[in-house]
Amino acid sequence: MRTVNAFVGQPIERLEDFRFVRGRGQYVDDLARKNMLHAAVLRSAVAHGRVRHIDVSRAKKVPGVRAVITAADLGDPIPLVPMRLQPMPEFEAFGQPVMARDKVRYVGEALAMVLADSAGVAEDALGAIEADIEPLPAVANWQSAAKNETLLFEHKGSNVTMKFRAVLGDADATFKTAPYTRRESFSTQRHTALPMEPRGLLAEWDAASGRLTLSGAAKVLFANRRILAKQLGLAVDAIDMVEYDVGGSFGARGEFYPEDFLVPFAARHVGRPVKWTEDRREHLMCMNHAREAVCDVEIACARDGTILGLRGHAFVDMGAYMRTNGAVGARNIAQFMSGPYRVANIDLDVSLLLTNKTPVGTYRGPGRFETDFFRERLLDMAARDLGIDQVEFRRRNLVRDTEMPYQVATIAPFESKDELDSGDYQVTLDRCLTEFGWAEKDKLKGKLIDGSYHGVAVCCFIEGGAAGPKESARLVLETDGTLTVYMGSSGVGQGLETAFAQIAADAMDMPMDRINNVFHGSTAYVSDGYGSYHSRSIVMGGSAVLDAAAKLRQAMSAEAARRLNCGSAEVALADGRATAPDGKSVSWAELAPEPLSVEGAFSNHKHTWAYGAHAAHVAVDPKTGAVALIDYVAVENCGRMINPLTLKGQLVGAVVQGLGGAFLEHLAYDENGQLLTGSLADYLIPTASDFPKIRGYVMESHPSPINPLGAKGAGEGGIISVGGVIANAVADALSSFGIEPRELPLSPSRVWQLVQDAHK
Amino acid sequence: MKLPPFEYACPTTISEAVALLASHDGEAKPLAGGQSLVPMLAFRVASPSLLVDLRKLAELRQIKIAADGVTLGAMVRWRDILDAARLRKAHPLLVAAVEHVAHYQIRNRGTVGGSIAHADPAAEMPGIVVTCEAKIAVVGKAGARVIDAANFFQGPLMTALKPDEIITEIRLPAWPQQRRFGFQEFARRRGDFALAAAMLFYDEAGGKAGNAQAFNAHVGAIGVADRPLRLPAVEQVLNGNTIDEAIIAKAEAAASASVDPGDDIHASGAYRKALIGVMVERALKGAAA
Amino acid sequence: MPVKFEVNGKPVEVEVEPRLTLADCLRHHLRLTGTHVGCEHGVCGSCTVLVDGAAVRSCLLLAVQAEGAKVVTVEGLSLEEGLTPLQAAFRKHHALQCGFCTPGMITTAHALLSEEPDCDADRVREVLSGNLCRCTGYISIVEAVLDARAAYKRDGKSA
Repeated sequence: MRTVNAFVGQPIERLEDFRFVRGRGQYVDDLARKNMLHAAVLRSAVAHGRVRHIDVSRAKKVPGVRAVITAADLGDPIPLVPMRLQPMPEFEAFGQPVMARDKVRYVGEALAMVLADSAGVAEDALGAIEADIEPLPAVANWQSAAKNETLLFEHKGSNVTMKFRAVLGDADATFKTAPYTRRESFSTQRHTALPMEPRGLLAEWDAASGRLTLSGAAKVLFANRRILAKQLGLAVDAIDMVEYDVGGSFGARGEFYPEDFLVPFAARHVGRPVKWTEDRREHLMCMNHAREAVCDVEIACARDGTILGLRGHAFVDMGAYMRTNGAVGARNIAQFMSGPYRVANIDLDVSLLLTNKTPVGTYRGPGRFETDFFRERLLDMAARDLGIDQVEFRRRNLVRDTEMPYQVATIAPFESKDELDSGDYQVTLDRCLTEFGWAEKDKLKGKLIDGSYHGVAVCCFIEGGAAGPKESARLVLETDGTLTVYMGSSGVGQGLETAFAQIAADAMDMPMDRINNVFHGSTAYVSDGYGSYHSRSIVMGGSAVLDAAAKLRQAMSAEAARRLNCGSAEVALADGRATAPDGKSVSWAELAPEPLSVEGAFSNHKHTWAYGAHAAHVAVDPKTGAVALIDYVAVENCGRMINPLTLKGQLVGAVVQGLGGAFLEHLAYDENGQLLTGSLADYLIPTASDFPKIRGYVMESHPSPINPLGAKGAGEGGIISVGGVIANAVADALSSFGIEPRELPLSPSRVWQLVQDAHK
Repeated sequence: MKLPPFEYACPTTISEAVALLASHDGEAKPLAGGQSLVPMLAFRVASPSLLVDLRKLAELRQIKIAADGVTLGAMVRWRDILDAARLRKAHPLLVAAVEHVAHYQIRNRGTVGGSIAHADPAAEMPGIVVTCEAKIAVVGKAGARVIDAANFFQGPLMTALKPDEIITEIRLPAWPQQRRFGFQEFARRRGDFALAAAMLFYDEAGGKAGNAQAFNAHVGAIGVADRPLRLPAVEQVLNGNTIDEAIIAKAEAAASASVDPGDDIHASGAYRKALIGVMVERALKGAAA
Repeated sequence: MPVKFEVNGKPVEVEVEPRLTLADCLRHHLRLTGTHVGCEHGVCGSCTVLVDGAAVRSCLLLAVQAEGAKVVTVEGLSLEEGLTPLQAAFRKHHALQCGFCTPGMITTAHALLSEEPDCDADRVREVLSGNLCRCTGYISIVEAVLDARAAYKRDGKSA
């Protein structure tokens, strides 16, 4: 094995780019099959109601329509979308049927599916379907959900699906005696991942062999295959899930949605390939929503600024159903509110409430963006109250490297524990302050310059990554001595092909250009794959590559030893040759008269913790409420950098997504559960001209002890601090008004209102 | 969001276009740049039976600058206005407004006629034609007529146009070189529809620079009502006065007092009410500079 | 209806419904799938193509409106082998991640640089503000476009 890496750690330009910059990527909507039908889904325009009758007779007669599927076609009981993460039995009753049958519970819920010769005709036919729905009062927000007057699931008696609790030490005792406490209420708004590519699926059923091929799958193909197999009554290996290029996921695309059943079912039902492409209007009402939470939280401190405890209650608006990973964000709010700080006494509970809105799921840094906003606001408030500098306050409370592994709050009812693995949080804070120019910029706090008030803030964060349990990689030494890599990890745009080629090349001690291809995601590639979520692929997939490489090299040595008449441990593998002590050698190609395929794996049950700090400088115009972002610095340490170029890309990209959440994005509903932001003209995401100055710095040190690469997952850290640091900077700017932002987004209208209220 | 089915025609003369529009019982729509109409079809909030493409009507693409004013053919694109260097002098307020319209790709297709026929209450061009008292020349089956901009906009996405009429030209009155003008828009992101925008001009008489008095003030606002508005209360504050800090403050207050916008998902009515005042204030400061 | 136009220098003739957008015509009838569809209502810019030299949103153009026009897509802005200077700059600066917005960015940047090879960062940001990207945060895209100016200045036209 190479002792000095040639490729890992280098900012190598991506292999994927060759096809993407030439328009030669293959996304699911680019695919076509002979005899293919197009599917369109009729979606409920009513947020809550009893389905009396869906009359599809006129739709069936529209020229070009080949079939119309309703819930009656789907069997009894109708399949439910299962929970993939945190699958508690309590959640099952709240699972979403793949098509609404007795009730609809959100605007956008599927009522019928039309199959037609073209997408246009399929959509035309939707207009010919009559949906007779008896409307029920809409549960429009978590407060009315909590009253349990109108229930989404009558037989459950409550709209609360679960309550998590994060506990450490004895918070009650601490708060009784703490010299300083402060209690506040904060909220974050509903928003969403919004990848640029809407979803799509192409399903092909081969009746002769009883096999299904599904293209357009992403993120967690093996899990989805198991789910679908069960729902369709097929053996798992009768289904091939094929991953093509994916236009972004950010946690939302790739989870099992109703269409992931409906489209394959339709293909089998009509015996023709079926293609479904989501449009953006559907996407906004169907793709997992996220982030809507309210938190009533209290901090206790000693007079010197030592944090003694955190306690409180959070309420998460889950939407109408518990979907595959909806509980994750809620759990994270409670478990990780302490972040990188030492908090010995914690008692935080979080209630998951159903409302008549689109169901929620994970979105980059799920629950972490929200909880860091809640916590960092509280830290700045406490610091100000206690007369302690906001940087010093954080320094005093950051967990030290000597305290690692540091255990955070335990979550009930899972009894799930977690511990911070390694790192020096002071170093990233220092780096952030230096790059930002804190000493100079801090002098501007609260100053009015050219009509705007200036403010600065700094926040620290941790990012959990490398979720287990396992990942697989398969390496094939081809007959020409080149290498092909197959991964269970899933590509969603993050540059896995390049990173895994780097890791494989170093592990095999070969040049990168002798690696043909890195294939990823599809279920045919490895025997037991897991996919990409919770920033796991470098650690889990990369470590699996190391295992596969070690095994492949062993197999190559054994074969070489046989040919060269020496011991296998005596064989030197380098520069494309296998050499015996006596100098005789064979080429790697000769070792593989048939391709030599070896599978490796890595199992893990602990999380890695990347960490860092963000700082922001804003200028607030009190007359318009406009907040100009003058400068933003993000620093992240991920233990061991595989590719600094792509790592920095993740950091900066995530920051800008976070700025969208801080300022612009909001999925707004009215009191009848109607989604008001139904297009990209209303759901606003950042553009190139909004935030021109974002500076990202990536660092490595304190490798993670829990994997052979020493790496830590680092795809989400960039988003986690953004809400908190922006709100703190705005509070800093408007401190002369005594303004404390407690809600996101900080739209101009909201900021202006805060200024008005302060004048009263 | 595939478009609903429709027939398509591409006439070569204006009278042919009018005849086509008249023949479909109010269900035909003219197609100019398509930047506003096609999204409506994609959302299926409009479903015309026939689209009449105006792209072959070359006579609608002229920009004319003469002593009596600037005339824009209805099919003149935002791009054409920004490329016409002589327009920067001939009508700087028009150009200032167009610089805020949408985005690069949209400016290559979107037209002045299309914009005012669409009549979005937060669009710049309707604001300009109302502020400048433009005349809108149209042709329909009943012949040609001219509509004053003040009477053209009747509500959100509603105009005085009959279903068989197309706009042929927009006639902006002459613009004296020494005229003072200002344009201030506030949007959430560059190129978005305005949360509020003020566009104004006034002429000056008597005295040297610094204490000349304003007259002929025209102040317009978009984004704060169901159509573009003149703000006569603000014009009254300006006319006959030197535009100093005190007058500007009065003008700001008069602007806010003139409007009563509602709440929506982007902003509260109270915010927009205050914001138009700030836009007027900043436009006046820009004009005086 | 029959429509005749030119795509990437080659004449094409298709038979389409009036309601078919140019984006869908390029992607599904002509199988030029490099142009992407991200919103179908004229906001995201993923569908940007050049029509008679001007960058336009192909989801807002009917295929029948392209009669007689010269259309250029990202495929027409690419070489048989290797990358153009603009594409190489995107790769160098890591100006793409999932690649979905990339053809629209490349096409728009090409149009801008062809007309304004001296554009500054503010102008690049202004022009690209009509192209949404969710992955990169735009900083690297602006850097790539600025870096590519040199190639457009050299030739005085498209490189």
